[in-house]
Amino acid sequence: MSKTALLSPERVESGDAMIMVENLKKKFGDFYALDGISFDVKKAEIFGLLGPNGAGKSTTLRILSTLARPTSGTAVIGGFNIVKNDTEVRKLIGIVSEKMIMYDRLTARENLWFFGSLFDIPREVLSQRIDDLLDLVQLTKFRDAQVGTFSTGMRQRMNVIRALLNMPQVLFLDEPTLGLDPQSSVEIREFIKKLNRENGTTIIVTTHTMVDADMLCDRIGIIDHGKVVALDTSTNLKRLVSGDNSSVLNLDIPNLTPDLLESMRKLECVQTATQDNSTHVRLIARGDDAFDNVIDVVRKNGGRIASVESLQPTLEDVFLHLTGHEVRDSADQKIPLERHRRFAAPQRRIR
Amino acid sequence: MGAKDLLSHSFRIAWKDIIELYRNKFGLVLLIVMPLFMMGMIGFIYPTSGSSGGNLPVAIVNMDAGYHNSTIASQTFTSVLKQINERTSMLKLTTAGSVGDVKDSIQKGDLEGGIIIPSNFTTSLLNGKQGTVTIMTDTSNPQVSATIQTLLSGVFSEMGTVLAQQNVMKLSSSVTSSNALAIVQPYKVTTQGIVPGSSNYFEFVAPGIMAMTVMMSVMTGLPGAISQEKEVGTMDGMMVAPINRLSIILGKTLAQTARGLLQGVVLMILAIVLFGVTIQGNIILVFGLLLLGVFSFVGLGIVMTSFASDQQTATMLMTTLMFPMMFLSGVFFPIQQMPWYMQDISKVLPLTYATDALRKVMVLGATIPDITTELTILIAFGIVMTAIAVPVFRRAMTR
Repeated sequence: MSKTALLSPERVESGDAMIMVENLKKKFGDFYALDGISFDVKKAEIFGLLGPNGAGKSTTLRILSTLARPTSGTAVIGGFNIVKNDTEVRKLIGIVSEKMIMYDRLTARENLWFFGSLFDIPREVLSQRIDDLLDLVQLTKFRDAQVGTFSTGMRQRMNVIRALLNMPQVLFLDEPTLGLDPQSSVEIREFIKKLNRENGTTIIVTTHTMVDADMLCDRIGIIDHGKVVALDTSTNLKRLVSGDNSSVLNLDIPNLTPDLLESMRKLECVQTATQDNSTHVRLIARGDDAFDNVIDVVRKNGGRIASVESLQPTLEDVFLHLTGHEVRDSADQKIPLERHRRFAAPQRRIR
Repeated sequence: MGAKDLLSHSFRIAWKDIIELYRNKFGLVLLIVMPLFMMGMIGFIYPTSGSSGGNLPVAIVNMDAGYHNSTIASQTFTSVLKQINERTSMLKLTTAGSVGDVKDSIQKGDLEGGIIIPSNFTTSLLNGKQGTVTIMTDTSNPQVSATIQTLLSGVFSEMGTVLAQQNVMKLSSSVTSSNALAIVQPYKVTTQGIVPGSSNYFEFVAPGIMAMTVMMSVMTGLPGAISQEKEVGTMDGMMVAPINRLSIILGKTLAQTARGLLQGVVLMILAIVLFGVTIQGNIILVFGLLLLGVFSFVGLGIVMTSFASDQQTATMLMTTLMFPMMFLSGVFFPIQQMPWYMQDISKVLPLTYATDALRKVMVLGATIPDITTELTILIAFGIVMTAIAVPVFRRAMTR
């Protein structure tokens, strides 16, 4: 470590921040996938990047893990610039990509051995480490089976331990629970927490599932349209919604009509009103008398209320509150942006 | 550090690729079957001396009415025709009664052609006129008419020679039959190659096919393999390791070269065992040349890889490039037969030189000093292409 530090004059003093990101921009054609992103991640922190598909999470991760280059802006990981000292950065990091990084025709052990051998690890150490890692995720039994025969859950566990071969100080996880059943998701989340607790690994995890972000992350950055719109702990983010005396109401109205919804929206105390299905409405309302006002309006317009729930705000509500649209909506809204040229193919992005 | 790590990482990547290839049993079988087919096709469909054409069903219609009860001319003609045909077995001769019968049979497809001797054949010849023979052919198959014509002109020239010989001998009693031949045909051509043994088309084509297969295998394999890794995502796994990015491309190339050489060896064994090709030159030089050929091509392959975004594009791009190379590099046809502008194009293709050098070594037993020109061009081509390819590849990898 000290040797590399001496050899590399580019090393930046970064205090207790493991990662410093400064005004990162990435342009694909005329489209900014990242439009000036800045944040710091402290040592041994679990940092979540939350946002809808296409918000720029994966692009951020690819740039930080040196797989893509930023159009402008800089980032420093463990004191090394990700563009100028990319080889040094690569020694510090591990990445669990959305895609499974493994060869189907190689066995679990062969896969790990191959990727491990690309790092400067002595043979015996690597061999021991592979055994330990396989043991850690209960794959020892399958070590000599070809990965192609594995289930999705097993593959994802493989995918995670592959990133740990070089004992990274920083681990990037891109949608680690995507496509996994609840059981496997819990296992992966527990594993990430354990890793962070026991090894002090700094972890950046991108996700579009609120549960992941809520349960895993020390701090969360919410990204939308290539910008960080909020960055704080989960509790503080939620306070953004509830702190200004807002409450979340879930109403079940069997005879819900568009007019009724409109009349609720018109109320001064209602910030957002979204219809979940034909009978459910979700409101974020402000003020002490919000509750009364809403019920009055519904009653006055002939609505029957089957049930009312007042909820703790979730990260979903925070997202809604900050961006004015739901997590799922935003990806759809961007399609026309990407197809700006007639007849021309949409701009290719990343990879 | 540097070079040693670069190489050791490349070997690891190559070894990984080879294990993958080995585990893919079906792919492995195809790898062997492809050259087998290729060699088989070219070895068997091209006419080799003696076995060409082969038993075309042709009928003779003899309508010769004779001259003073003698049909000597048509008899001689048919017997010489049969003699020659026995040697070459190009035709399967039958006799037919009338022109109408022949036409019918050709239409039905029972016959490929007919040879019609007219009624005044002997009369004309014995009265100092030309004898005419009509060939009736299946017009939809130009090959047949050419074959019959070749055979008939052989027949006539032989008959003419014999007739002239007899005439010369009649004129002077001092002329023996062998002298007579020298008087009738004073010039004769024989051919002799610079290496012993008779040469055939296959010996011409085998070195070219080897060079082509090995290089094409690398050229198509490399972009395919790399874009596949990109698509699956495994490329990221390698890219995120602290290794020189060159070792990725080098390792992939090594694996593809091994694959290509395996095919080359299969081809060579087939050529030797099935088609009796003999390798006159040094076998190590043959492999050296194949490797050099690969080196000259790899740069091009890498550039293509960098441009192609997915596997399908990569394959299409390669196929597009492969075709002109196959036909313009003198693999199947000698370059000297092409028009000058095509020859000029073929002179910028590295495969041309690789094929040429390989042919010289395999067929003519050439050694390194004999092929320095080709070697120099191949090495130069390889260096230039690699120098272009490396920065292009680096850029393409981290967009």
